[in-house]
Amino acid sequence: MSTREKFVYALAGTGTLLLLWNLYRILLVLPDEMQQGAIYRIIYFHVPAAFVGWALFFAALVASGLYLWNKNLALDGFAASAIEVGWVFCSVNLLTGMIWARIIWGIWWTWDPRLTSMFICWLLYGGYLVLRGAIDDAQQRATVSAVLAIFAFADVPIVFMAIRWWRTQHPSPVLETGGLAPEMRLPFWLNVFVFLLIGAAITLVRLDQEDTRRELEGLRRHAHAHAA
Amino acid sequence: MRGVWTIARKDLQSELRSKEAINASVSFALVILLIFSFAFEPTADETRAISGGLLWIAFAFAGALILNRSFARELQNDCLDAVVASPVSGWELFLGKAIASFLLLLGVELICLPVFSIFYGVNLTKAFWPLLLVLVLGTWALTSLGVTFAALTVNIRLRELMLPLLLYPALSPALMASMTLTTSLLTTGTFAANDQPWFRLLVGFDIIFTTLALMLIEFVLVL
Amino acid sequence: MNEAVLADQVWKFHGDFPALRGVSISAERGSCLALLGRNGAGKTTLLRILAGLSTPSRGDVRILGTAPRLPITRGRAGYLGHGIGIYDELTARENLLHFARLYSVPDKEAAVSKWLERVDLKRVEDGRVREFSRGMRQRLAIARAFVHDPDVLLLDEPFTSLDDRAIALLQNLLRDAFARGCTAVLSTHQLREALELATNVALLDRGKLKFSGPRTQAMLDLPPSIYFETESEG
Repeated sequence: MSTREKFVYALAGTGTLLLLWNLYRILLVLPDEMQQGAIYRIIYFHVPAAFVGWALFFAALVASGLYLWNKNLALDGFAASAIEVGWVFCSVNLLTGMIWARIIWGIWWTWDPRLTSMFICWLLYGGYLVLRGAIDDAQQRATVSAVLAIFAFADVPIVFMAIRWWRTQHPSPVLETGGLAPEMRLPFWLNVFVFLLIGAAITLVRLDQEDTRRELEGLRRHAHAHAA
Repeated sequence: MRGVWTIARKDLQSELRSKEAINASVSFALVILLIFSFAFEPTADETRAISGGLLWIAFAFAGALILNRSFARELQNDCLDAVVASPVSGWELFLGKAIASFLLLLGVELICLPVFSIFYGVNLTKAFWPLLLVLVLGTWALTSLGVTFAALTVNIRLRELMLPLLLYPALSPALMASMTLTTSLLTTGTFAANDQPWFRLLVGFDIIFTTLALMLIEFVLVL
Repeated sequence: MNEAVLADQVWKFHGDFPALRGVSISAERGSCLALLGRNGAGKTTLLRILAGLSTPSRGDVRILGTAPRLPITRGRAGYLGHGIGIYDELTARENLLHFARLYSVPDKEAAVSKWLERVDLKRVEDGRVREFSRGMRQRLAIARAFVHDPDVLLLDEPFTSLDDRAIALLQNLLRDAFARGCTAVLSTHQLREALELATNVALLDRGKLKFSGPRTQAMLDLPPSIYFETESEG
């Protein structure tokens, strides 16, 4: 097993163990919250998923900027992997938000500012993934993706700001996260850490796939050139 | 700077000669306004409250037709190569095309406005100049971001599908701002007290994304 | 330095695939370099890099001593690619005027008139390109490449799908250009027409430079297929 593989297993393994321990604490040890009952525990997954999603999008932003500067395709592979995994975490955030809304408000969707903003991010980065699928040439795909990733990340804070203003003018049911009581903080931040570990592990696996794909494309072109 | 006007002038010349995109765009916008009149009682007060939203939905969708043409026209006969090989810089090409699309879309909007005011019984004269200002700022957001994404997707399969898919989520803050400001103007004739942040958002959006486009467009054109 | 066109150890990667592998060519002022090679050999890739449409992954390129992507360099080079690069919806005159503006040609009207005459399109200068025949479009494309009196001409298979009249026209224009001190790099499958004009020849095979040297009379007499066998050395 190469060093990289060992590293990925270490990340995933540590993450899983910590997750299990944390799950035990979250589900069995901590008491219910006063107003919301058992469902509030979803916050331990809903919010960390968002944090890790954004962290991955930020990493992709940096990789995209670096790619435009030195044209190293490995950076493009990293950006794509980070965004794909980040997008999955976005989806987790949206799904947990919807479940939460269903339990608390009885409706599947509430045009809550954060949920709506997250939905737009989900569409933005989903568009990135669709775009990548539509371009065959590796360099063109990398350049176009990098520029789009920069625009998308620049848009994210603006989207959040705008929707917050909109929703204060047109209020609708809001998912209250409120402050965290002291005994909640450790499990919460531990889950953020756990998600980061697992996110990093999956990103590295995905990165491996991207590298292999690039190699295959290169080999395929070689084969065509020699056969012709 | 001269390159900007050369490019803009040629784009306008091409489009005004055939008028294909303008006609399609105006027709599409009018059809949307018509269909909305089935969904919402056109002269009711409630409809007036969402009038800004209706207008900008029509403009955003009709605008996509114009934006698609902007770089598509360069693909025929590989004209884009000929232009990029000339001394014109990437930012001049971008700005020229953005200005041309902006003027065309603004023209479409100014044609649709009187029709809208007639269909929906809305008085435009009260707040015409502020309304024009909002139109200019909002349309610039639409065309500058739209031309950027058009340049990104110019060589891609499913180009006509990718452009709206990418553009509308990215544009949503600017659309929200334009809709809010327009609704204020159409219902009360002046900006509301809490419209200030929306105004700043729209201007900020225009500045940020135009700057980003000017900085990054060269990478997209020369691979 | 007397080289008008210089490429030094140029590599170009598409993903992991090398389209050009350490290619070095040069063309002196007033010469004509013919780039030969099969499809996929890298001729178009090299020409696009010379024209500033693409950047090399590695290596150095100089056109008249400056980098190809600089505006000043682009202003002195004329490029004719696979696509003809003229707008269907404009007239012949408007097309040339547009490019004359892009190239900041002094006295644009005169230059446009002159080149319309030389490609024999003056009579139809106000006709839409959309209505032109194929031969007329090709002649207009040639005029577009020449309208700013470039010092370096980069032509990608310029003789392909030209009719006889256009071929003769292009050959004449190129000869006049060489007499003025112009340099040309052209890629071609049409060996006869190109080799007649060429002073130097370079053969590319799968991204590598297999042969380069002056064009000899013997080359004109060889059958075309000999250039495209992998082990040939010309």
